[in-house]
Amino acid sequence: MILADAIVAPHLQYRALLPILIVLGVATAGVLVEALVPAEGRRNTQLTLSLGGLVAAFVAVVANHDRAAVVAQGMVAQDKPTLFLQGTILLLAFLSFLFMAEKSLDADGGAFVGQASALPGSSDERRVLASGRQQTEIFPLAMFAVSGMLLFPASNNLLLMFVALEVFSLPLYLLCGLARRRRLLSQEAAMKYFLLGAFSSAFFLYGIALVYGFAHSVDLGVVRAAAGHTQSDTLLYAGVALIAVGLLFKVSAVPFHSWTPDVYQGAPTPITAFMGACTKVAAFGAMLRVFYVGFGPLKWDVRPVLWAVAILTMVVGSLLALTQTDVKRMLAYSSIAHAGFILTGLLAFNANGLAGTMFYLLTYGFSTVGAFAIVSLVRDADGEATHLSQWRGLGRRSPAMAGAFTLFLLGLAGIPLTSGFMGKYAVFLAAIDGGATPVVVVGLVASAIAAFFYIRVIVLMYWQDPAPDGPTVAVPSVLTNAAIAVSVAVTVVLGVWPQSVLDLAHQAGPFLP
Amino acid sequence: MSTVPWLTIIGAVPLVGSLAVAMLPRDPAPETLAEREREYALTAPSPAIEAELEARMADYDERHGSAAGDLLDADEIDRDVRERYDPQVDRRPAQDLLAKQVALGVSLITLGVAIAMSLRFQNNGGFQFVQTYDWVKDFGVRYSVGVDGIGLVLIDLTAILMPVVVLAAWGEEELGGRSVKTYLALLLALQATLIGAFGSTDLFLFYVFFEVMLIPMYFVIGSFGTSAASGARRSYAAVKFLLYSLFGGLLMLAAVIALYVYAGHSFLIGDLTRHAPALSHTTQNLIFLGFFIAFAIKAPLWPFHTWLPDAAAEAPTSGAVMLVGVMDKVGTFGFIRWTLPLLPKATHTFAPLVLSLAVIGIFYGALLAVGQRDLKRLVSYTSIAHFGFIAIGIFAFTSQGGTGATLYMVNHGFSTGALFLVVGFLIARRKSSQVADFGGVQAVAPWLAGAFVLAGLSSLALPGTNSFVSEFLVLVGTFTRYRAFAIVATVGIVLAALYILLVVQRTMHGPLNESNRGFTDLSAREAWVIAPILVLIVALGVYPKPVLDTINPAVRSTLCLNGRTDPVPTHAQQSASSPVSARFDSCTSTGGTK
Repeated sequence: MILADAIVAPHLQYRALLPILIVLGVATAGVLVEALVPAEGRRNTQLTLSLGGLVAAFVAVVANHDRAAVVAQGMVAQDKPTLFLQGTILLLAFLSFLFMAEKSLDADGGAFVGQASALPGSSDERRVLASGRQQTEIFPLAMFAVSGMLLFPASNNLLLMFVALEVFSLPLYLLCGLARRRRLLSQEAAMKYFLLGAFSSAFFLYGIALVYGFAHSVDLGVVRAAAGHTQSDTLLYAGVALIAVGLLFKVSAVPFHSWTPDVYQGAPTPITAFMGACTKVAAFGAMLRVFYVGFGPLKWDVRPVLWAVAILTMVVGSLLALTQTDVKRMLAYSSIAHAGFILTGLLAFNANGLAGTMFYLLTYGFSTVGAFAIVSLVRDADGEATHLSQWRGLGRRSPAMAGAFTLFLLGLAGIPLTSGFMGKYAVFLAAIDGGATPVVVVGLVASAIAAFFYIRVIVLMYWQDPAPDGPTVAVPSVLTNAAIAVSVAVTVVLGVWPQSVLDLAHQAGPFLP
Repeated sequence: MSTVPWLTIIGAVPLVGSLAVAMLPRDPAPETLAEREREYALTAPSPAIEAELEARMADYDERHGSAAGDLLDADEIDRDVRERYDPQVDRRPAQDLLAKQVALGVSLITLGVAIAMSLRFQNNGGFQFVQTYDWVKDFGVRYSVGVDGIGLVLIDLTAILMPVVVLAAWGEEELGGRSVKTYLALLLALQATLIGAFGSTDLFLFYVFFEVMLIPMYFVIGSFGTSAASGARRSYAAVKFLLYSLFGGLLMLAAVIALYVYAGHSFLIGDLTRHAPALSHTTQNLIFLGFFIAFAIKAPLWPFHTWLPDAAAEAPTSGAVMLVGVMDKVGTFGFIRWTLPLLPKATHTFAPLVLSLAVIGIFYGALLAVGQRDLKRLVSYTSIAHFGFIAIGIFAFTSQGGTGATLYMVNHGFSTGALFLVVGFLIARRKSSQVADFGGVQAVAPWLAGAFVLAGLSSLALPGTNSFVSEFLVLVGTFTRYRAFAIVATVGIVLAALYILLVVQRTMHGPLNESNRGFTDLSAREAWVIAPILVLIVALGVYPKPVLDTINPAVRSTLCLNGRTDPVPTHAQQSASSPVSARFDSCTSTGGTK
């Protein structure tokens, strides 16, 4: 009795946490569905539950838009930039879920394995294939990942940030290994991602420990205050460096990028889309918070390093993308190059940098989901035909899909009147304003290089004759079609009329300390 | 000033037209034999066709025995022979007729709007038909359009060439069996972006049009180009074109952002001309380099030209007319519109460099034109020489030079357009673009040969044709400031005579190449295509005053902003330029930029 009195229940402000709680709740309910609902009804139940949960969480984000506050005893900052990022993550996750639920592309089920535990090539596996079962745990797993992504940029406390990092990473490691076709490749990708991810998490955790040693707290506000007074402290700089390694790994910046092509290629394409779009938003959101809030006073010390990383990332990403012969690997290297462009916005260290980076993440996410959705449609007898040579003449076989893919590529290349151009312009303008003109010049040169490999795919699709036994473009169900249509609309609308979203990003204002 | 949004209308008409054409349903090809026969009946029989038909039929009977008078084979032979002889027999006669009609209608409406707009234009040197609305507030970007005399004549050039180009594409067989509908939609979209670029008074808006116009042209070259046999050369040319232009465009983007950040956080030309010239000399130089490389690639100046011969040779002739005739002018237009008034110090620093490159281009283009065996490449090399003249006119910083250069842009659009069109007619007949495959065409097709000669004379700037006026003005204007460059450039005119007269002699005169015996003369459609341009070539040569009057005030106020006055004819000391602030007030007061 006396002991119980001493414990004060934390004041949590549930309303502000609602988006995260809804997604977590739905994920937990999804686990129960797996246990209780009969197999034939599971997929539809899971899908309805997940989509409903994402919509409810989005509504909660919108309803909270004018209630920016640091809640949960200073652990979670549900401020306006966070809400913007969470809204972006939820929208992109919604599209990715539509795409994950696609079943009509493959003759015997969706993109996911029937039973992950069945050994590839074993008689077990054949039996599972014949039964047409599908591992419906993907939905609760992905929902757990979404909840972690929502919490990651909101964490105002380094330790909570680490928890969020693990909550969204672990389900992703698993999801990467669940491809129905080419399972060994998929499992290899999952293994690589897991090992390297665990390694980078260790870096991150060690960094937190060092920062704690410096500031005697893991709260970003306290760290900021302590960092503002110091002249020079080895513990702090070492901690910042290690935390940066963990974050740069997640956004796949050079030199921490080597997992990206393998994982993007091996993972089931809907998961690649989900990862490519949502992880990037969450990780850059956290990075913005760490560098703008926690280590804000160190910006003059951090900047040269970020300059170097951004330049390396843009150049290496664009150059290596040139040599790729696989669409998914090419898009992976393109995502590395884009990480560099986004870093250009981040290293501006001003209000425009924050708004520009958030806007860029939104535009990039939609183009990426759309592009991967189309990648999953080009198939031959062995599943997805991702080798570039198989994409020859696609424009003649399926003008509509080739047209949409062309639009996404032009968007990623940053051609005016697409969302990609507006995003690039926003970050470059912020960077020049922030005195990073050399980085911008490198960024423009990298854009020119990047344009080359995007255009190469357009050339393949339109001006080369299709191989006689080449792949066909599968006709997807309304789910994938909806995902593609929304991505096309966003890419065009934000390219022509970006003002309203830019307003949102700008009004989000600075992070709450 | 009128409240009618002329520039928005003239840009929107082709854009909407392009969407409309793209969305038209595809006409089915004529199915029945009866339909096909009816269409063949429309084409007049020619003795040459009849003769070969006879011969082929006899040959066929001989090989298969006379009994095998299979109707289907006869039909095949008939079609084969007719198509080879008469380019007017459309392989898919009924297809996309509606699309062609709509495209022609749209381009004529655009031309009508252009004429109405030009009639309301006042020659006061300032921007007119100005409209300014916020577009992307956070970037300081406005939808701001307006034209001075320079922009107006170039918009008119675009509007005049477009119906001609649509008519030329009407029977073009070289589209590689692809949809004419898509091709016309792309051309109309291209026209909209060109008009947008010439009418922008917001630098960002100009940049957007500058880049976006590449996409339709990229598909025009790559999808509809001439090398039907191998798509590889086509796509090589298209990719080269796009990458060169994109690279230049991205450097320009850096310059554009830098201007915005360092010169008053606005893209409006009025604001920029107030703040940009005050930038330090080094900053101006760096910004100028960004613009210069983009415009030099677009124009193109030597040594940034290498994409042009490939692109122009691979594009369908109607596309080449738009590419070389209009689109490349955006580069030289960019020099006048943006670099001269915004970066006066840098333009003066770099003038010797630009002039040197231009003069090298004049000789390089001319010499390579002399040696070309391919007609389309030949015309594109002559264009490189012409762009050299335009550039020296601009960078002479005299009102004659500037006016001459602007008029040169218009005239070059007509003369090179005419050359490309006639070459296109020749290629359609002979299925070859090699100079060696022609010869003595005059004997069988005198009107066609006449059109070629007249277009050629305009290209070499014979007095009485339009180009003479502009070339003369450019050389006079250059002579008063840069005597040496003017003298050297004048020698280039001799080379111009050489390459034009040589190609005329090799293709039109001399003994008739036997395989050209079946050449038909200009058809009615072809006559309609070429006649308006030839009339304009002569009319502008005899009476260029209305165009000069339109251009001159705009050039004067541009040069005034650039801080240069015409040199006094005597060798007197050049008057010192007025203080900066006074200069801008005086330049803009007459014009009324806003």
